[in-house]
Amino acid sequence: MVQTPIIIAEGVGKYFGDFKALTDVDLIVNQGERVVICGPSGSGKSTLIRCFNGLENHDTGRLCVDGMELREDAPGMRQLRQDVGMVFQQFNLFPHLTILENLIIGPMKVRKQSRAAAEATARKYLERVRIPEQADKRPAQLSGGQQQRVAIARALCMQPRVMLFDEPTSALDPEMIGEVLDVMVELAETGMTMVVVTHEMGFARKVADTMVFMEAGRIVEVSPPETFFTAPKSQRARVFLDQILEH
Amino acid sequence: MRMAALFTLKRVLNAPAVAVSLYAVIVAAIAWASYTGAQQMGYNWQWYQVPGYIYTFTDDGFQAGEILTGLWATILLSLTCFLLATLLGLGVALLRLSGLIVGRAVAIGYLEFVRNIPLLVLLYLFYYVLGPIFGFDRWAAAVLTLSVYHSALISEIFRAGINSVAVGQWEAAASIGMSRAQAYRYIILPQSVRFMLPPLTGEIVNLIKSSAIVSVIAVAELTTVGRNIISDTYMSFEIWFTVAAVYLALTLVLSFGVSALERRFATET
Repeated sequence: MVQTPIIIAEGVGKYFGDFKALTDVDLIVNQGERVVICGPSGSGKSTLIRCFNGLENHDTGRLCVDGMELREDAPGMRQLRQDVGMVFQQFNLFPHLTILENLIIGPMKVRKQSRAAAEATARKYLERVRIPEQADKRPAQLSGGQQQRVAIARALCMQPRVMLFDEPTSALDPEMIGEVLDVMVELAETGMTMVVVTHEMGFARKVADTMVFMEAGRIVEVSPPETFFTAPKSQRARVFLDQILEH
Repeated sequence: MRMAALFTLKRVLNAPAVAVSLYAVIVAAIAWASYTGAQQMGYNWQWYQVPGYIYTFTDDGFQAGEILTGLWATILLSLTCFLLATLLGLGVALLRLSGLIVGRAVAIGYLEFVRNIPLLVLLYLFYYVLGPIFGFDRWAAAVLTLSVYHSALISEIFRAGINSVAVGQWEAAASIGMSRAQAYRYIILPQSVRFMLPPLTGEIVNLIKSSAIVSVIAVAELTTVGRNIISDTYMSFEIWFTVAAVYLALTLVLSFGVSALERRFATET
């Protein structure tokens, strides 16, 4: 199989004031690959994934996404974000719009699609995330799990080439985590390129092609899941896994 | 023990019958004091003349009196200024939040300049200095003064409203490829309206009240009309009471209207 890189990070560094959030990060994500990033909190996972669509700007190194080099205020940034979907921990649905409007506003206003075309796509994805009947409600009327599935559908409606997930289940009640992960597993089966920051190791085991373990702003280990979960190369990853798999 | 007694007192005072009678007693006391005071200085009350200045019925039907005409001018002036001040205020707020150093500096400079000059001095500046230079009349001077003065206050209301929308909304808008302008238009501003409505109402009430100041350059609005009637008739007590009541009626109607509007916005989101 020919590997086409879609995200290339070379020596990426990022500061928040004096705090160094990312140090010398090298990572390649290929087309169709599912990468799961894990690590203790504060290890820079979210910062890294937010750099991938320019929500944070990296300070040093080189970052190429979908053939474009990211720089602050580069002219292609808006175009890039249209092709890179993002799902947030806090859902970030637009509370003043209905579910359907949440889904069609991007395709209509940004991609300039007709309302009919945008609605058709939106209903297809609502079907896929299994909440077609909620189209006319507002986000606040939905459960957390439903809201996160809407957020996934909203990102998919832009027909992205990569999907980024920033701790998509961390803000959910335990009984709703499953329904969101199911949708993500199905999405993985369609061949979507996915980069997922999560602590859900069951999900990682099921879909990941590559596991990335971060600590203190550095990538400590990159290995396939079978190695990572049974015989992690680094001592730190072993300790981390022991801690979260204990329960 | 003491707390309990205070609590009982509060409950008694808040009972509808007690509250209404207390209110009536206080109003009656004020009315009686002004009446006897006026009596003692030998004031000649002529309330019967006042309705004629509000409206008359002739063979041609209903005729608006001077006070109604003045009220209309006040409403027109306030509405014009409110619209202009809102547009200007939005511009200043967006400039301040633009992230451009120059934009921020211009906005803050404007805000501090306008906010820290007395309204009366600003009015004189527009009427006696800028008026002759740019050739605009007293109405234009009045409109510009009030618009500029209130735009500074309104821009702060907009800024606070925009900042009340969660950062995640900006990020979500950016993540589907929206430009900053699109994010403002479709995502941020519609959500900030809810936060802005209550202070904006306060501001339009303030604007109506401060519009009285343009009477010093003889713009023919409610206060000017009142002053003119008094210089003809010497009925200062009746006319000032009436003018105050008309302002009060106008601002109260507005406040109730907007709180109805607020309830609608509150249920929608």
